[in-house]
Amino acid sequence: MLEITNLHVRAGNHEILKGVNLKVNAGDVHSIMGPNGSGKSTLAQVLAGRETYEVTEGEILYVGKNLLEMAPEERACEGVFMAFQYPVEIPGVGSAQFLKAALNAMRKARGLEELDAMEFLTLVKEKLKVLGVEEKLLHRSVNEGFSGGEKKRNEIFQMTLLEPRLCIMDETDSGLDIDALKVVADGVNRLRSPDRAIIVVTHYQRLLNYIIPDYVHVLLDGRIVKSGGKELALELEERGYAWVEEEVRAAGKA
Amino acid sequence: MSGIAVTQERDHYTEHFARFEKATAGNGQGWLQPVRRAAMARFTELGFPTTRDEEWRFTNLAPLVAIPFQLARDTRIELSPRDIEAFQLPGLGGAQLVFVNGRYAPALSSPGSSGDGPTVRSLAQAIGDDRDVLRQHLTRYAAYHDNAFSALNTAFMEDGALVHVPRGKVVEEPIRLLFVSTATAEPIATHPRNLIVLDEDSQAVIVEDYVSLGGGLHFSNVVTEVAVGDGSVLSHYMIERESHEAFNVSTLRLEQGRSSNVASHTVLLGGALVRNNVHPVLAGEGSECLINGLFMATGRQHMDNFMRVEHASPRCDSRQFYHGILDGQSHGVFSGRIIVHKDAQKTDAKQTNKNLLLSLEAQIDSKPQLEIYADDVKCTHGATIGQMDQDAIFYLRSRGIAADAARALLLFGFAGESLARMTVEPIRRHLETLVAQWLPEGKLLEAIR
Repeated sequence: MLEITNLHVRAGNHEILKGVNLKVNAGDVHSIMGPNGSGKSTLAQVLAGRETYEVTEGEILYVGKNLLEMAPEERACEGVFMAFQYPVEIPGVGSAQFLKAALNAMRKARGLEELDAMEFLTLVKEKLKVLGVEEKLLHRSVNEGFSGGEKKRNEIFQMTLLEPRLCIMDETDSGLDIDALKVVADGVNRLRSPDRAIIVVTHYQRLLNYIIPDYVHVLLDGRIVKSGGKELALELEERGYAWVEEEVRAAGKA
Repeated sequence: MSGIAVTQERDHYTEHFARFEKATAGNGQGWLQPVRRAAMARFTELGFPTTRDEEWRFTNLAPLVAIPFQLARDTRIELSPRDIEAFQLPGLGGAQLVFVNGRYAPALSSPGSSGDGPTVRSLAQAIGDDRDVLRQHLTRYAAYHDNAFSALNTAFMEDGALVHVPRGKVVEEPIRLLFVSTATAEPIATHPRNLIVLDEDSQAVIVEDYVSLGGGLHFSNVVTEVAVGDGSVLSHYMIERESHEAFNVSTLRLEQGRSSNVASHTVLLGGALVRNNVHPVLAGEGSECLINGLFMATGRQHMDNFMRVEHASPRCDSRQFYHGILDGQSHGVFSGRIIVHKDAQKTDAKQTNKNLLLSLEAQIDSKPQLEIYADDVKCTHGATIGQMDQDAIFYLRSRGIAADAARALLLFGFAGESLARMTVEPIRRHLETLVAQWLPEGKLLEAIR
């Protein structure tokens, strides 16, 4: 589904990603872990189409298409969804209006009929119920005045509603208490399916107790330096990242 | 400006005044002659303000002063209801007065039946035969000794609306006052004068709506005096959507009685040069006012909002919220002056002005000013000036919403914060439509809203 080859990315004069390679198949859950500043969030943002980053080298193929040539909204319509680390508050824009605009933009792109107000409400209320989110969310401005947990839950709710093919979780677990974490994990697990891929970007192993990944990758200084199964996450939790750095250094000398 | 030009411009209005006095003599308005003359004398002394006047620092009136506006009463024009159909607010019944070039147009108006209901009629008629209310209130609140535009309006006041709501009466339907200026061979000036009186414990919604028919250059110099009796509730809407060549100076002067509640809502979309003065005096203890405005300028439009909120009694609350969206080479001004008198203890006054600049050449001047003479008060103010939030645009785009639609949603959301405070639903819906039409990508909103 997704194939990243030799991806180099810079922000201003600072090179952040220095040749990332990653292949993600439909049905897989990949976790990308790494210390602060390793480039995890940058990778997530570049996949979503953030224009503040400059791709200097490499390519990203998504379902056979050149992802880097697509505008953020085109990617979304093709099924790419990133759950934001810091969801943006948008005063004055009602959640219902926003969700309807998003849903209909995607339906239009997929050649489906746009939903009218009634059809939309029926669908959205059903999805709210699934996640146990209160309906009053619809009457509030997008993320405005939401607590950290509410914002993250809203991201998962949007993901559930928009049914993307590629889900990218950008440190969705940061700042969440254990209850909120479980809600987020439940939402993500419900979306696991053979034709959907999920990338979980996280600093801590904690979330991976609830979302069990098929693959774990360690991102260090802009490169994926180690990949493994879910045991790798546990090892990182126990031993930290220093030993991986050591390994990389040793390999470099050899 | 040279001394000669100043004299010429005053001579122009003095000469008009002489003609005006002659024309209005003997039509039952004679009792107004002393105040008109005094106001004219005052205008002659004051002249138009310049940017050297602190209250006009950001607004250069030279373009207005340079135009020899003709008195509108010298031109006559007949309109049919069809001509003004496009300006009607859908979904509203109730009384409506229509004024064409400052003159009451009975054929276009529906003042409604009287009986125990409110008086809604032309001021020109009322000056002739309904003097009790006028003698008590007219020219009592809008001071002209320090204000050239109020002086000019008072000198030339002749017509406008009189709304009088009797004690205890709740008027359910909004009362609409529509002021139409038409394209004329020579630019004209009108001086609409409105008097709104709510007796004790009454309630009303009033809409003043200024429009241009067939575009054109004209000058509306409006004064609206409002006396809100003890325990009364008023929602006042001011809509400015005249042509982009028009000049509009309006003064809303509100005198609030004990425990009264006023909401003043303003939406400025039209006009070349607009000065919007809102001046509530919280004269009665425990009164409240909400001053809520939205101004949206583009091209070379200039919109100056001048708030003067006077707390003259204890335990009064005032809330000011003004939002500006400025595009093109437009220039916006927000001056928010809060004056707390010595005895106005327990005053609670807040002021917020938020502005969005959509182009590099657009400009905003935002100036709060607090004058506090009491010692037990809460006063806060804040202003923000910013561009479109790129993080928010990315967020919307990442959910599939196209860049131009995302922009429209954000702008509409920003305006929507002001509109949401306008609680009379048919009016708010209408204003939402006008705002969406203003936005360059507003069409995209139709599918979403």
